[in-house]
Amino acid sequence: MSVITIERKVLEKNDQIAQKNRDDFSSNKVFTINVVSSPGSGKTSILEKTIGHLKGKLNISVIEGDVQTDNDARRISALGVPAVQIVTHGGCHLEARLVRDAMENVDLAGIQLLVIENVGNLVCPSNYDLGEAHKVVVVSTTEGDDKPVKYPNMFRNSSVLIINKIDLLPYLNCNIDQLEKNALQINPSLKVFRTSCTTGEGIDEWCAWLESQVLK
Amino acid sequence: MHEMSVAQNIIDIVIQYLPEDHAAGVKIVNLKIGKMSGIVPDSLEFSFRVIAADTPGLVDANLHMQFVPLIIRCKECKAESTLDEPFFVCPECGSVNVDTLSGTELQITEIELEDPPQEES
Repeated sequence: MSVITIERKVLEKNDQIAQKNRDDFSSNKVFTINVVSSPGSGKTSILEKTIGHLKGKLNISVIEGDVQTDNDARRISALGVPAVQIVTHGGCHLEARLVRDAMENVDLAGIQLLVIENVGNLVCPSNYDLGEAHKVVVVSTTEGDDKPVKYPNMFRNSSVLIINKIDLLPYLNCNIDQLEKNALQINPSLKVFRTSCTTGEGIDEWCAWLESQVLK
Repeated sequence: MHEMSVAQNIIDIVIQYLPEDHAAGVKIVNLKIGKMSGIVPDSLEFSFRVIAADTPGLVDANLHMQFVPLIIRCKECKAESTLDEPFFVCPECGSVNVDTLSGTELQITEIELEDPPQEES
């Protein structure tokens, strides 16, 4: 029996395409974030608020990933920002190839900020680099304060944590300080924001940080 | 459940190493799987079998997974520690200033080919 030593990363193909995406973002001076969370945490709502705040200051485009429907792309387009929908037809995450195909319909030369909204899932998207500068993980207070402990990979691989739906805290059995502490134990370098899309609390801080990163 | 996609990636790599004359198929694919790789071994094995069964040269292939522990090195006290839980805190001095040494692997290390059939002399 012959043995062949190969030592190759299983997801090397995805990583290579992600690097091409990253090179294209960089040569066009586009800052890209990959927004990940479980379904229903408020990714699209945060994005709507973010666009409302930054639309006059930055040129923005959005790539929306969903298992079905173009509902989210329509929500974003309604705000006057170009949105490209990727429908994965059952696929539980975006891969670099899908983003690269979608990029054909994004005017990279004309924008400064590209937001990729991933499929709602805290497991699989953590393994797939899309070429983004940062992964932004959103967790909502209704999901409980142990989310980071249950899904450590996603929190370890993200640079930013947004704790959303803080207006609901008085009605929930969620200790937000504990939630933040759990996340920081897994990734001490996480930049943390606390937001509510209903009251608007925390959105200013998040948008100010994002704008500063884009203009860096 | 991205194990199906991972299994497809494994097979796409492995078939590049099949002999051109298809004289021998793949018997074993050796993988390194880190504790923090996000892979469910049973799902990966199932997905691999489903795809391999329809792939010439891989019909009888088996996955062998070597699990790699999560090991960190503290940048403050230089201690190396194996972590049971993914809390990136040095158990020796409590610092969070740590590097990950292993545990994120998702790698093919070796493939073993069947012996080609002996020619009758």
